Amino acid sequence: MSTNAIIYIAVCVVLVIISFAFNRQKTLMGLKRGWNMFKNILVPFLTILILVSVLLYLIPSSIISRYLGPDSGAIGLGIAAVVGSITLIPGFISYPIAAGLIKQGASYTVVATFMTTLMMVGVVTLPLEIKYFGKRVAITRNMLNFVAAVIIGLVVGLVL
Amino acid sequence: MKKYFKKIRPYITLLVFAVFILVSFVFQFQPGKTITANFTDSLIEMITFIPFLFIIVGLFDVWVPKEKIQRHIGQESGIKGIGIVILLAMLQAGPLYGAFPVASMLYKKGASIKNIFIYLGAFASLKIPMLGIEIGYLGIKFTLVRTLVSLPLFIGIGYLMEWYLKDKNFVVHEL
Repeated sequence: MSTNAIIYIAVCVVLVIISFAFNRQKTLMGLKRGWNMFKNILVPFLTILILVSVLLYLIPSSIISRYLGPDSGAIGLGIAAVVGSITLIPGFISYPIAAGLIKQGASYTVVATFMTTLMMVGVVTLPLEIKYFGKRVAITRNMLNFVAAVIIGLVVGLVL
Repeated sequence: MKKYFKKIRPYITLLVFAVFILVSFVFQFQPGKTITANFTDSLIEMITFIPFLFIIVGLFDVWVPKEKIQRHIGQESGIKGIGIVILLAMLQAGPLYGAFPVASMLYKKGASIKNIFIYLGAFASLKIPMLGIEIGYLGIKFTLVRTLVSLPLFIGIGYLMEWYLKDKNFVVHEL
């Protein structure tokens, strides 16, 4: 078992005990809510784990490190930023993909840029965003966030 | 028949994969076995922390009254206002387009332009459940660095948007 898992389990147990001591009913409600959230993501999550397993087998790590690795430069950064901006992948699903990419040789810069554009820039959802904010504001927001994502990627890569 | 198909559609990948594993092992198909090993590793990785993370999130949900914060949000200005919108954003879940209705609510309650965009930024990158998963998959160091770099940037975007939209009749529509 990974250290991560041990920490999460420990924190979870401690919190449940404390919460239970304060309010039994609230705790049960919280447990139920958490379990329901888990149940809701389980099938999509398993599906993505399957796809990642297959893709990691099919795409050799040499290709990933060539196009997304530390030496991929502007190309890797560009691929990450554009793919992250135009795809609509739920956050929780993108983390196993990101972890898989790093395992196969992608750089932290690329992964951080990909994750950030995924979260902050939405080309697919732009029409919806325009309905709320108007064209000018929505496009400006997305462009600013795109630039921010590239900066975030570069700095994360520099630090890690 | 169509209704039935719709019901099982989410499970199709799982079913096909289960058959694939079975066939791989029966016929000693090596790539299949490697893929299965990959999958088992990531499954164990996931199942040993995600359920516990969601229990933590569930408890959080019950103990921290999101609605109460939402009720008090609005005109606070300065650091306090920024802090409150970020806190509210961190307690949410779901994709960014789920934040637009909240942004329009913030607007109606009189929040500043700056705080509305800071809310969107925090919503995109600081949601607690997502941070939990991020730490699990990419490590605490990655998460911390990414968060600390993101925070000033989207606060900056908030200021920039406010400066840009100051006398441009900014509205957030309600759908």
